[in-house]
Amino acid sequence: MEKVFTRPKTLSDVQMAYCAGCTHGIAHRLVAEVIDELGVRENTVGVCPVGCSVFLYEYFECDTIEAAHGRAPAVATGVKRCLPDRVVFTYQGDGDLAAIGTAEIVHAASRGENISVMFINNAIYGMTGGQMAPTTMLGQESTTTPGGRDHARAGYPMRVCELLSPLEGVAYAARVSLTSPANVAKAKRAIKTAFQNQLDGKGLSIVEMLSTCPTQWGVSPLDAFRHVDEVMTAYYPLGVYKDVNG
Amino acid sequence: MGKRILMKGNEAVVHGAIAAQCRAFFGYPITPQNEVPEYMSKCMPEVGGVFLQAESEIAAINMVYGAACVGVRAMTSSSSPGISLKMEGISYIAGAQLPCVIVNVQRGGPGLGNIAPAQSDYFQAVKGGGHGDYKLLTIAPWSVQEMFEHAALAFDLADRYRNPAMILSDAIVGQMLEPIEIPDCVDTDIPAKPWATTGASGRSRNILTSLYIVPEDLERINLKIQAKYAAASLREVRYQEFDVEDADLVLVAYGSTARICRTSMTMARKKGLKVGLFRPISLFPFPSARLAELARLGKQFLTVEMSAGQMVEDVRLAVNGVSTVDFYGRLGGMVPGPVEILDQAGLSLERMHPKSYTVGARFGMVGSGE
Amino acid sequence: MHEEVIMSGTGGQGIMIMGQILAHAAMTEGRHVVWFPSYGPEARGGTADCTVIVSTDEIGSPISAHPDTLVGMHQFLFNRYQPIVKIGGRLIVNTSLIDPATVRTDCDVVMVPANVLAEEIGNVRAANMVMLGVYVASTGVVSVESVLASLPEVFPSHRHKLIPLNESALRKGAELVRG
Repeated sequence: MEKVFTRPKTLSDVQMAYCAGCTHGIAHRLVAEVIDELGVRENTVGVCPVGCSVFLYEYFECDTIEAAHGRAPAVATGVKRCLPDRVVFTYQGDGDLAAIGTAEIVHAASRGENISVMFINNAIYGMTGGQMAPTTMLGQESTTTPGGRDHARAGYPMRVCELLSPLEGVAYAARVSLTSPANVAKAKRAIKTAFQNQLDGKGLSIVEMLSTCPTQWGVSPLDAFRHVDEVMTAYYPLGVYKDVNG
Repeated sequence: MGKRILMKGNEAVVHGAIAAQCRAFFGYPITPQNEVPEYMSKCMPEVGGVFLQAESEIAAINMVYGAACVGVRAMTSSSSPGISLKMEGISYIAGAQLPCVIVNVQRGGPGLGNIAPAQSDYFQAVKGGGHGDYKLLTIAPWSVQEMFEHAALAFDLADRYRNPAMILSDAIVGQMLEPIEIPDCVDTDIPAKPWATTGASGRSRNILTSLYIVPEDLERINLKIQAKYAAASLREVRYQEFDVEDADLVLVAYGSTARICRTSMTMARKKGLKVGLFRPISLFPFPSARLAELARLGKQFLTVEMSAGQMVEDVRLAVNGVSTVDFYGRLGGMVPGPVEILDQAGLSLERMHPKSYTVGARFGMVGSGE
Repeated sequence: MHEEVIMSGTGGQGIMIMGQILAHAAMTEGRHVVWFPSYGPEARGGTADCTVIVSTDEIGSPISAHPDTLVGMHQFLFNRYQPIVKIGGRLIVNTSLIDPATVRTDCDVVMVPANVLAEEIGNVRAANMVMLGVYVASTGVVSVESVLASLPEVFPSHRHKLIPLNESALRKGAELVRG
């Protein structure tokens, strides 16, 4: 009997600890599939964030480094500058990349570090218990925005692809979502482009994945997916914001 | 040995690091250490190494973390306020048990302070500085020649114990020019690094992390780290003594202050005062055993620092009440002069040995024509 | 032999390089030597001073609490350092920018209109080398020849075209002492 579906080599044979309806698992699998398909697993160094995906190194069957909160792009810079022929990726959440690590991602992007950045935007701090993220929607409840995020008090949600794509060093910036088979297929193409760009020495590529957090949003998985499609996508439009490949 | 070259301490540490196979440097401008990244930017490309001016001190130490993860000898340098910013990364590097070298060309603090010499980062250096139970293997050069030599020593210590090492310098040692001799080759010991995250090619994956969510696991890691410090305390103690054998009073000082004390000691001897000098070279591990021995031999101590009294606490812990430990410090970038220290030594001797020393008058030279 | 000198002035007067040339010359003569700078935060116009210690013995303190000599290029820092010079020490005073009436009388004093002399040979910016020439010739810490030979070693190569001017200034200062 022909085996038609299997675990990517780049994923470890362990159960992930993510909540029901969380899209981290999908994102992990897509990154692992791309690494497999490009045949670079033995040549890859992953840099993990602080946040729900802090245990990424348990799930990935490649060399990995656990960075301090937000510092993954700086750690990845140190790795890539010393070993330019290795494939280096960071995997970061919205608090990690767009709040505490804003300087690191902006300057890695500005320098055109030849790395691939996987950015998970679920508009909330999941691991620490549902506090406001830089990407939390206006009106969205969080444990630090009771009554909903009010821009007068808590500012506006940050659009990362739009912020980074004008930087000269950015080769590719795309926003995708993981809410349907079609969206997942598009997300995988974007991730593959981000890794291929690195192999081609094009500079920093970032794929922003609109993601779900049913637990901290306080909704069912299905409603969480609906929220991404109907509310988040309206403020964070999907699409390719920059592509040096034309 | 090669020929004598006139060089700043900040330049010497660059040449020493490169001679010790340092191949990655990440830094950020801050006075009085700017010559370090400046020389690095010129010298690193010549040996095929990596130089990058980071966007922040925090980014710089995290780039060092990345470079250390892949087994490259990596270094950063800064001065006091910048070192404070690096503390997060240093704690992670210690927690992940990685080798790297950090140079602190100390300046006056706290806060923005000033750019004058100080030694007020001693606690931060030798007690850890960041969060968690870790320490930095800390050495303190007192000359431009040692700024060169301590680079290789620091890298060897860092690799031997898989722990960050710090060269605790100051604005005097960093900024002063002295002739140094650069040897044709530098002895250095780079061990194999099978733990490095260079890509899992032909082996199982390597993970470098300081995260151990299960307390039993984290305690085990902490005990391992503490065992390394215990081993270093046996093997890596370094110090220098001058005329302590017959001394009634031993000055204890490190770095540039020890240089100044040496002049004070010479002056004291000319006046018939039995003063010696004990200079810790390794600040962690601290030469406690030797100080305890000297105390048992009846020596009294005067610790001199450009701080409000930091190393003196380690001296007092070592002496443990067996003899007297006086302290003299200048703060905020003020440098104690040789005569000033001589005065203090005289006061200490009078108090500690009232029968032998009734020097009475201060030894100050200001306006005395001496 | 043990000589401690503080050279002081303002940023832009070439105080640091004066000391570095002396330090280099001392090294070539096989002496122990230390040069130590201190300056204000401004790149130009702030205070600038350096200490040079030249000795036949190993040097302890790189800081001089009571220098044998003060080379004063400008009134401001001259006022600060003059009181700490040893009694019977030496003051080399740039009278173009320091009022002779403010100078201590319990030291050997050499008055030098350095800016005027430097202008005579074509560039006021060589005033520092006039002063260095005076210093070297009056103390004999190193030979004028060693100082001249150090110029191409200390000046960065893109400044080598300025060496002839600096040589003339040094000689002019030295001749002033020798008369």
